[in-house]
Amino acid sequence: MSILVTPDTKILVQGITGDFGSRHARLSLDYGTKLVAGVTPGKGGQVFEHGAHRVPVFDTVAEAARETGATVSAVFVPPAFAADSILEGVAAGLALVVAITEGIPVMDMMRVRAAMQGSPTRLIGPNCPGVVTPGAGEKSHGGCRIGIAPGYIHKQGPVGVVSRSGTLTYEAVWQLTQRGHGQSTCVGIGGDPINGTSHLDVVRMFNDDPATEAIIMIGEIGGDKEEEAAAWIKEHCRKPVAAFIAGATAPPGRRMGHAGAIVSGGKGTAQGKIAALQEAGIAVAETPADMADALLRVWKP
Amino acid sequence: MNVHEYQAKELFVKFGVPTSPGRVARTAEDAEAAARELNSDQVMVKAQIHAGGRGKGTFKSGFKGGVHMAKTPAEVRDFAAKMLGETLVTHQTGPDGKQVNQVLVAQAVDIAKEYYLAILMDRATGAPMVIASTEGGVNIEEVAEKHPDKIIRTPVHPLLGLQSHQARSIAAALGFRGGPFRQATDLLLALYRLFVGCDCSMVEINPLVATPDGRVLALDAKFNFDDNALFRHKDVVAMRDESEEDPREVEASKYGLNYIGLDGSIACLVNGAGLAMATMDIIQYAGGKPANFLDVGGGASKEQVSAAFKIILADPRVEGILVNIFGGIMDCNVIATGIVAAARETGLKIPLVVRLEGNNVEAGKKTLAESGLALTAADDLKDAARKVVAAVGKAA
Repeated sequence: MSILVTPDTKILVQGITGDFGSRHARLSLDYGTKLVAGVTPGKGGQVFEHGAHRVPVFDTVAEAARETGATVSAVFVPPAFAADSILEGVAAGLALVVAITEGIPVMDMMRVRAAMQGSPTRLIGPNCPGVVTPGAGEKSHGGCRIGIAPGYIHKQGPVGVVSRSGTLTYEAVWQLTQRGHGQSTCVGIGGDPINGTSHLDVVRMFNDDPATEAIIMIGEIGGDKEEEAAAWIKEHCRKPVAAFIAGATAPPGRRMGHAGAIVSGGKGTAQGKIAALQEAGIAVAETPADMADALLRVWKP
Repeated sequence: MNVHEYQAKELFVKFGVPTSPGRVARTAEDAEAAARELNSDQVMVKAQIHAGGRGKGTFKSGFKGGVHMAKTPAEVRDFAAKMLGETLVTHQTGPDGKQVNQVLVAQAVDIAKEYYLAILMDRATGAPMVIASTEGGVNIEEVAEKHPDKIIRTPVHPLLGLQSHQARSIAAALGFRGGPFRQATDLLLALYRLFVGCDCSMVEINPLVATPDGRVLALDAKFNFDDNALFRHKDVVAMRDESEEDPREVEASKYGLNYIGLDGSIACLVNGAGLAMATMDIIQYAGGKPANFLDVGGGASKEQVSAAFKIILADPRVEGILVNIFGGIMDCNVIATGIVAAARETGLKIPLVVRLEGNNVEAGKKTLAESGLALTAADDLKDAARKVVAAVGKAA
């Protein structure tokens, strides 16, 4: 019915007592997500309270996972300590670590990715909005919300969404929901040059997921990961795909907010990516306002 | 963030990368003193600005060239006096030029051969890569295209770092033998320590030279630092020269805003980097030209919105503003209140189109409607882009 997480997945939050972490932990609890533990080193034994919810806080991820059965972590730890927190989740044997933190040094992520080689843990992010598998309730209540996306814009359904950018993901989700089409899972893979999960990784999961009927893939300038996904889709994907690439008007050599969004040495241009997507038979939205409509041109629900 | 040539040299010295002796001077007298310290009859005096093309540039005073060779300390003082405080125009500075506040005084080096050497973070492999070529002093991208065999690419293991045998292989491939072979090997290892030690995303030595007396030296370099890592490099941050940056971008960074000035007439204010890029794109699609990229971030405050408005309005080219907020978590009414306050405070006179969506959007729309301001509300992104382009067209 979804990829990566289901409404029954138990999650923990690393950095639950910080401003950012606590705010989004409360929103996830309100959404009906099974948020069962928090981790803040030195604050083990405390209880994170929100309404009727009482979430135990632990000193270590291993302890939190053992005591509560959590298998997924959301990392809200500040940039200087985030790489260590990600690796703590990996060491604890979690199935999935979702790093929300923005601004982690690239060298730190380089080492994290190298250290994760061969590990069964999947990393999503960093610098990402997270993962949402919408629930069956009103305004998708009861779903699994990991990260910072607004829960209420979702609707349970058959479209998979994968994107580097947060608000552009919400834009696509909202367009779908307004047209009556729900989502299986929405995945923000993040805007950094070195991250844990690529567009292609997520597209493959959607392709294998029986509940996903169609896919929206949102990319932006920089790197060649959209092209990589397009080449695979052309050969292997059995489901209709629509895409949008942001940054057609971005000047070369300038970092457009995301550390990964930069056109350099003539590589990573929006024009090149759009051409690769079209060549693969993907419906490319001309503007960010047309993402759902582009999908509906190739997908008949 | 960029650094000056003299600062690049300081980093070389700190990490043991051999370079020609020299130092920075900020007065003509000090330049003369720096030349005396060098005790050489061939001394370079180089204007320190970030833009390239200094040698072929012209000062607004009429003095030609931002790079000169002097034979005596007195001559160094004369050249420095003609550069310091003056404005240098090169093909990269634009017609306004850049004021020269410091000069580099360095020993001139006889060059037997120039090489190209760079280390960069390769995002395809998620690891550093050393790029070297015997074809120095020319456009490396052209070399890569026409003679790919002349580019030596060496991937570095992310956890092991550059190994000595890799450095030896690169030095050998560049044709170094004997003493220069050992020097080039050491230089490569020192440069890698600098790359990692300063969290660089790229360091490009241009040129790397061999001298007739068998030395291997890094003369000048271009550095790109990972902005995310600057918090742990106070020494690098201290090298930032704000006078070299777009003042609007400097102002924006004080408020935690991500702003990049462009040359169009329609300003935009957006939350989220991806949506901000996409908003620029849709303005162009609707027939307009974006004046900037501006990401106010996921949790923008009233103060940030207000600061963003002031920065946008300081650009004389701006003829209209498009605000595009998808307030997922952000309260749209907070944003609306910020917009109204900023518009009143700045006495806004140009067309303003606002598209709000998301959390508490009805209250936000009500605040905008009841403000009495001449702003246009838009239903969706496409509608917003059309409306702002039409409004600017009418105003022009």
